[in-house]
Amino acid sequence: MSQPPSTQEHPGVIPRPPFIEPGHTFESVTDKIGAIVLEQGVRRGWLVGFTIAFSLLMVLLVALTNLIATGIGIWGINIPVGWGFDIINFVWWIGIGHAGTLISAILLLLRQQWRTSINRFAEAMTLFAVACAGLFPVAHLGRPWLAYWLFPYPNAMGMWPNFRSPLVWDVFAVSTYASVSLMFWFVGLIPDLATLRDRSPSRVGRCVYGLLAMGWRGSALHWHRYETAYLLLAGLSTPLVVSVHTIVSFDFAVSLIPGWHATIFPPYFVAGAIYAGFAMVLTLGIPLRWYYDLEDFITMRHLDNMARVMLATGLVVAYGYMMETFCAWYSASNYEEFMITNRFFGPYNKLYWSLIFCNVVAPQLLWFKRVRLNLGLLFLMSIIVSIGMWLERYIIIVVSLHRDFLPSSWGMYTGTVWDWATFIGTLGLFSSLLFLFIRFLPMISIFEMRTMVPEAKIDESAEAHH
Amino acid sequence: MKRVPLHGIMAEFDNPTALVVAIHKTRAAGYRVMDAYSPFPIEEVSEALHIHDRLLPILVFFGGLAGCIGGFGLATWTSMIDYPINVGGRPLLSWPSFLPITFETCVLLAAVTCVLGLLGLNGLPMPYHPVFNVPQFALASREKFFLCIEATDPQFHRQETRRFLETLAPLSVAEVEN
Repeated sequence: MSQPPSTQEHPGVIPRPPFIEPGHTFESVTDKIGAIVLEQGVRRGWLVGFTIAFSLLMVLLVALTNLIATGIGIWGINIPVGWGFDIINFVWWIGIGHAGTLISAILLLLRQQWRTSINRFAEAMTLFAVACAGLFPVAHLGRPWLAYWLFPYPNAMGMWPNFRSPLVWDVFAVSTYASVSLMFWFVGLIPDLATLRDRSPSRVGRCVYGLLAMGWRGSALHWHRYETAYLLLAGLSTPLVVSVHTIVSFDFAVSLIPGWHATIFPPYFVAGAIYAGFAMVLTLGIPLRWYYDLEDFITMRHLDNMARVMLATGLVVAYGYMMETFCAWYSASNYEEFMITNRFFGPYNKLYWSLIFCNVVAPQLLWFKRVRLNLGLLFLMSIIVSIGMWLERYIIIVVSLHRDFLPSSWGMYTGTVWDWATFIGTLGLFSSLLFLFIRFLPMISIFEMRTMVPEAKIDESAEAHH
Repeated sequence: MKRVPLHGIMAEFDNPTALVVAIHKTRAAGYRVMDAYSPFPIEEVSEALHIHDRLLPILVFFGGLAGCIGGFGLATWTSMIDYPINVGGRPLLSWPSFLPITFETCVLLAAVTCVLGLLGLNGLPMPYHPVFNVPQFALASREKFFLCIEATDPQFHRQETRRFLETLAPLSVAEVEN
């Protein structure tokens, strides 16, 4: 009845490996992904991982409590470096989130089938990364309990936010991004929640998944509207994700600081975001597929494709670095020239050259298929890129600020122990949420995986015979 | 609406092709009020059922339009009329700087409309639906495909319809109680 996809129609074409290993049926796909949530229970590896993540989350709570009790003086920021770890980490996290939307929305519009087995956890990664990102600017306000002042609402002070400020744009961009990502993710989950509702062995599971599935029954008319809605959301998310990092880059580019005031920032930031995001998807995906035995869903071809996207966006980022240097020279502005010389040879030059190594030199290894197909190297590469992207934001923010226009206002910046505690704490928040997600929700979209099973294709000849 | 004892009669199929063939045959036999259930979206099934529903994109368009006008209007009204700030005599209607807000509110309202529209048009959340009374239906979210001829169909006849569905080589046929 069902045959694995063959290339008989195109003789001479070497078949590419499929995105799902042969032999899977609707049942096996459903049961294999569902079992991780419904049957495997709490496994030791999960427990160890969650314990570490949760401990780090507690570090975040301590750091934030101290921050609110004492004030942002516990951080290393001061004049001239008024933005430090807070904004570095904000940009780093929000960039990581972008790969999730890229995979779920842009690859859907481009009909890239390989997105199917990675979009769900990539979208979850987006949500959790945005949650971590959002913490930093709010904590940086100094009086975070007044964060709602950022939103336009009629108030007794008779004031409104300044809609000409990129920082207000940022509030709108990030909150819209978080909301739309959450809705996109939840809409994608509804049919799978219905599956869990129908298959959960426990009463509590049936009730909770049943409530969340909202009575989804897989009716043809519902599916028809569902597909329309999913495409529309993808179409809306695509320009949204580009706008978010563009607006984040406006936070810098609209100012007049040398090293920030550059027109190349929007495209270069968006490419950097995708670069960092794919690195994070690989960092998470490689251990996940190993631990949960998902090699037949997240195949080597998926990893290969992600490595290629990483290489391509890495080259765009490298071009960005090149143009920054070129523009500094071409501008003939003393301040711009000084900024780039200071990056190359100034007090933070070790960080700059580490950045070039991590983001430009090391990823060139991805040109080699041997490297892309080597799990250990690929994992290492994803970590290197994540570090590189963090350093990039450090260079852009700290190195541009620490040499003010007047030498009398020069200063140096280092993160304090509380800066590090907050950063490491958000790693804890991110991984805690991720561990809970893996435990309670299907990390691969089950219904979309069913469409990848060969049997899902309608047999035209049988249809014609009726 | 008159309360009927039966919601309909439901046949279970093993694969999507069998379902599509069954829908074609059922429509050829003159039945019109029916619904199909599957564990994943199948374009051919909506085509076979002649589903044409174009309302959602229109709703989303107007949601986006409202977001656009609302966002731009908010920025313009607050910056020009309610709380004007004179920065070196620069124009108060600095519209290019309002565009990011306009874009974000447009996307936000369009997306909210899309999700609420999807749920609203589909009548979700729906705590009870008769199809779940059929025990096999739990497999509709896993591997099986169902076709239900509903009792409101003018041609519906308890025995006749059942007999008809049995000719379609289903795995099982069951009455769906209301």
